This record gives sequence, C-alpha cells and structure tokens, in this order.
Amino acid sequence: MAGDTITVASWGGTYQEAQTKAFFKPTADALGITIREDTTNGLDDVRLQVTGNAVKWDITELGADECARGSKEGLFEKLDYGIIDKSGINPKLVHDDWVGISYTSVVLIYRTDVFGDKGPKTWADFWNVEKFPGRRALSGSQATETLSVAALAEGIPIDKVYPVDIDGALKSVDKIRGHVDAWWTSGAQAMQLVKDGEVDMASIWNGRAGTLKKEGAPVSFSFDQGVLTADCMVIPKGAKNKDAAMKALAMFVSPQLQANLPLYVDNGPVNEKAFETGKIPQDRIKDINSSPENVKTQVLQDAEFWRDTLVEATEKFNNLIQQ
Amino acid sequence: MSAQSAFHESAGTNLNAQSLRADARRESLRLLALLAPSLFLVFAITIVPIGWLFWLSLFDEAGAFSAANYARFFEQASYIKTFVTTFKVAFIVTGACVLLGYPLAYMLSQLTRRAASICLIFVILPFWTSVLVRTYAWLVILQRKGLINSWLIDLGVISQPLSLANNLSGVVIGMTHILLPFLVLPLYASMKTIDTDCLRAGMNLGAGPAATFRQIFFPLSLPGLASGVVIVFVLCLGFFVTPALMGGGKVIMWAMRMEQTTSLYSNWGAGAALGVVLLVVTLALLGLFQWLLGARATGVWSSR
Repeated sequence: MAGDTITVASWGGTYQEAQTKAFFKPTADALGITIREDTTNGLDDVRLQVTGNAVKWDITELGADECARGSKEGLFEKLDYGIIDKSGINPKLVHDDWVGISYTSVVLIYRTDVFGDKGPKTWADFWNVEKFPGRRALSGSQATETLSVAALAEGIPIDKVYPVDIDGALKSVDKIRGHVDAWWTSGAQAMQLVKDGEVDMASIWNGRAGTLKKEGAPVSFSFDQGVLTADCMVIPKGAKNKDAAMKALAMFVSPQLQANLPLYVDNGPVNEKAFETGKIPQDRIKDINSSPENVKTQVLQDAEFWRDTLVEATEKFNNLIQQ
Repeated sequence: MSAQSAFHESAGTNLNAQSLRADARRESLRLLALLAPSLFLVFAITIVPIGWLFWLSLFDEAGAFSAANYARFFEQASYIKTFVTTFKVAFIVTGACVLLGYPLAYMLSQLTRRAASICLIFVILPFWTSVLVRTYAWLVILQRKGLINSWLIDLGVISQPLSLANNLSGVVIGMTHILLPFLVLPLYASMKTIDTDCLRAGMNLGAGPAATFRQIFFPLSLPGLASGVVIVFVLCLGFFVTPALMGGGKVIMWAMRMEQTTSLYSNWGAGAALGVVLLVVTLALLGLFQWLLGARATGVWSSR
C-alpha cells in the first residue's frame, strides 16, 4: 500500500490546482502513496482507455451524467462502500461504480453597469425580453443545463423540474432562441462574453462567475434558481492500482478533505458533513453553492434522467438552436 | 534512334528483346522493393486508419452492423444544416482569400527580390502564430465593445455597434486571415515563374498593359491560383478553432459537429460516419476540380 503510485485525472486549470491542495496532497501524505496527476476531456477519454485496454488512470473525474452513462456502458470498477464512507453525500450521487465529488452551479449572471441592481433575477426574467432588453448568452454545448433553466423559465418550481418535460423545455428554448446572441461552448467563453460586455446577461458556471466578480467585473449573480450539477469520480475498469485508488477515493470524499475544497475554489463540497467540520469560515459558507442554505434554492440535475434522455434531447436541442 | 532499331532488327531474334524485357521487369521490381518501406508506411498510417474509421462507422450503439450512423444525417435536420453551413463558409472564405490574395501575390511578384522577401515575412509571420491566439485577437478587435466598434462609434460613423463577432462574419474574417498565406504562397511561387519575356512580347505586338495582364499573365498564373484555391477550400472544410470561438455557437461547422457527436454517442461510429462523409465529399470535390480545371490546375497532387 504505502509506496504505491496512483494516477488521478481531473479537468486541469484552477479547479485541479484546488483539488491538488484540498484532496490529492493530504491523501498522498496520509496514505504514504504518490499521486500523479493528469487531465481528462471527459467520458471519451475513459472509453478510449477502457475499450482500448490501455487504462492509465486509477481515478478520474467526470460530470455526473457522464458517470451515469459510463456506468451503463460498464466502463468503471465497482466501488467498495466498506472503505468509502458515503454518509453525508446525497444518495442520488452514490452508486455502485461512481460517487459524487463536488458541485458546480449554473447561475444567472448580469452586468450591473447595464442594469444596476435591477437586473434579471430569475430565468423567467431572463426570458422576458421586453422588461429586460439586452444581449443574452446561454450554453449551446450543455443541452442538459440549458433545458433545465428553460424549464425554470416556464415557471416550474425547483422541486418539479425533474424529470424534465423535454418537449416543454424545448418550446421554452424556442421562445428565447431568437434573442440569444451567443451559445457558449466552454466555461472560458461564457466568462469572456460577459467580461467583455459582448452580452449583458448569461447562464454561467458559478466558479467562472465568482472569478469575474473577484476580478472586479461589474456583475451580479446569486444561487437563486441555480442548477446544481455534480461532478463524480470513478475507477476506470482495469485500473492498475485499484486498491490504493479505493482508499484514496475514500479520503477525497471524507468530510475533512471535502471541507478543504471551498477554501481554494468556488466548487462546493459534495459531502454535507464538510460544513460541520468547522474548517470552513462562517462568512464563506453563504458563498458556497452546496451549503445547506443555498442547496434549498437550487435544482439538482438528475444524472440518471439524462443518462437515458441525453442523446435524443441533445439532438433535438441542436436542431432547434441551429434553425 | 533509327540506327538503333535497325540494329535490333538486324540482331533478328526475339531472344534479345525478351531478355531485355525481363531485365526491365527485374529493374522495376527492384525499384518497387526500394519503394516498399514508404508504401508500407503510407498503408499503415493512412489507409489502415481510414479503413478502420469506415469500418467503425458501420456499427450502431449496440454494436450491431447498421447504417444508423448515416441515417441520422437525414433524420436530424441539424446535420444537413451543419453540412450546408460548412460549405457556405468554405466558399465565402475561399472567395475572400482569392479577392485579397491575388492582388497581394501580384504585387509581391512585381517587387524587387529584396522588397518581396520583406513583404513575404509579413505574410508568413502570422502563419507562425498560434491559431488560437490569432482568433482571440480577432475577437478583441471585432466584438461589440471591441476596437473597431469603439472607433466607429467614437468617430460618429455608426450609432449602434456592428455585429462582427459571434456570427458568420466573424468566422469568415478570422478564417480568411488564417488561410490567406495558403493561397498567397503557391500563387506567388507560380507568378514568379512566369517568363517576363512573354509579357514583353505581348507588349511588342501592341497589347496594352490591361490586355497583357488579361491575355498572358492571368492565364499563366491560373495553375498557382487553382492550387491555392484547392488548399484553402479543403482546409476550410475541416476547420474547428475559429468557428468554435468566433461563431457564437450559431455557426456550427462539420468538425465541431464531429467533436460533439463523439462525446454524445457511446459508439465511435457516430463520429466516424461524419469523418467518412467529409472525406468522401472532399475527395469528390477534388475530383471535380481536376475535371473542371484540367490537369494543369491540380499541381498540388500531380507531378507538375
């Protein structure tokens, strides 16, 4: 065990740097193992490694809907919940072969130099082009997120959004699509569109929104009507150091290490017990998307719902926004 | 020549000719053997993967043999739309490159060698800069609060900002900038080989400068132009970065669709089918170019 080397892949950038400090380094120290890092592009990479019999990662991060799809394809090793303590993690994110690791929120951001503090607060406001004239951007690459906010825009309460009425949500997208000036395809692009004033309001990931605010951009956002999307971790099938990986993964989701994450980045911990460790300063808690208060105002994306509907919904969504 | 054949005939027997032919065959076999390593390389790194790609495209998500990956292009309207967009962008960008590149190459070809090499550096310099960097630079220049719009508004030329980025015009501007050297370089090379004596002869025979250009220079520059057009057009068809960043999600080109499809579907076949279609269409177009413009225009891949 001690002396083992495992390889963990995540999304790179500031997020992975935060994970290194919050999860990887403390785990390596505690278990006496070496954790090497790599970056992933997502499920395709895992599929390529597993189907090509060339698994180089022992643990990799994915989006929750990717985990649900990959699980259906049989790409992951079973997790041992005798080693991994799942208490404190939303049961929707605890599965035979994948477990949640952190949360991102899709939030509504608007520029305060355009709207003052009277900008669009809800997705219904975002859809209201008469009351809130201005340029808009939504995600074109994450159909699941845009369909979720489209359902919220129709006035569906947050606890009724899932299962998403896809045709209804598409009708809602149809109403706004003529007023959307850009369909962003990456977090960096969403940030750039808002930062440069190319659009006045947008859907954006809370980490990017937080960065904009810290850089002093005139923007405002809240977790009201946010869409919580979880990230998850898996052990790819055929991983070479499965046992060490299992122990490392157990550390990553433990309340103590989970509580480290929001100290370095805006992605919230997936283990709600992290908020009870006392590690997170009180004034920081209100800014964390997965804090008990903020979770109440948001919709949790249902990974298993999208596992079965993603392809059809995405194709329909693409047909619509490309008209 | 005639003396030689007379000698052969005088030698009379077929024996000699036969052994000569056998020699020639051996010789070509030996040459083929010399060629074998490179043929093998081409086979292994080009033919096999493309064949494999084609093979993969014939299987659906359940792993069964089917045409589902191809049928999808007709079932989902967005694929046809993407296809049309891809060709529309390729035609516009190629046209823009010709309009900008021809006069530029002509000017370069008329300069002295020293001046031309300095100017060529300006053509090639952006060529060495990352596509990503150049695309972001265009974004800074073209967007709503970018340089061009701020200047024009400050100067009072326009009151509302022009939509130059995050749409088709942004994509066309960005791609034209990146692809221009691919047209200018072959065109310049072919213009430099035009014999100025031909032009002088034309003038001598009474043609004015315009007629000389139209009747002598322009036709002689066509092979270079055709090479450039083919290169630019084909590169356009597979472009990814610029449309992804400058198109605002509204200009979806074929390569972007490949990326989307590869991550959306669990079988490689879905993305592979898109690759196969693009390859077939590109080859068909190259064939069409060759047929339309004649062999001389296709210097890119023929020995000329």
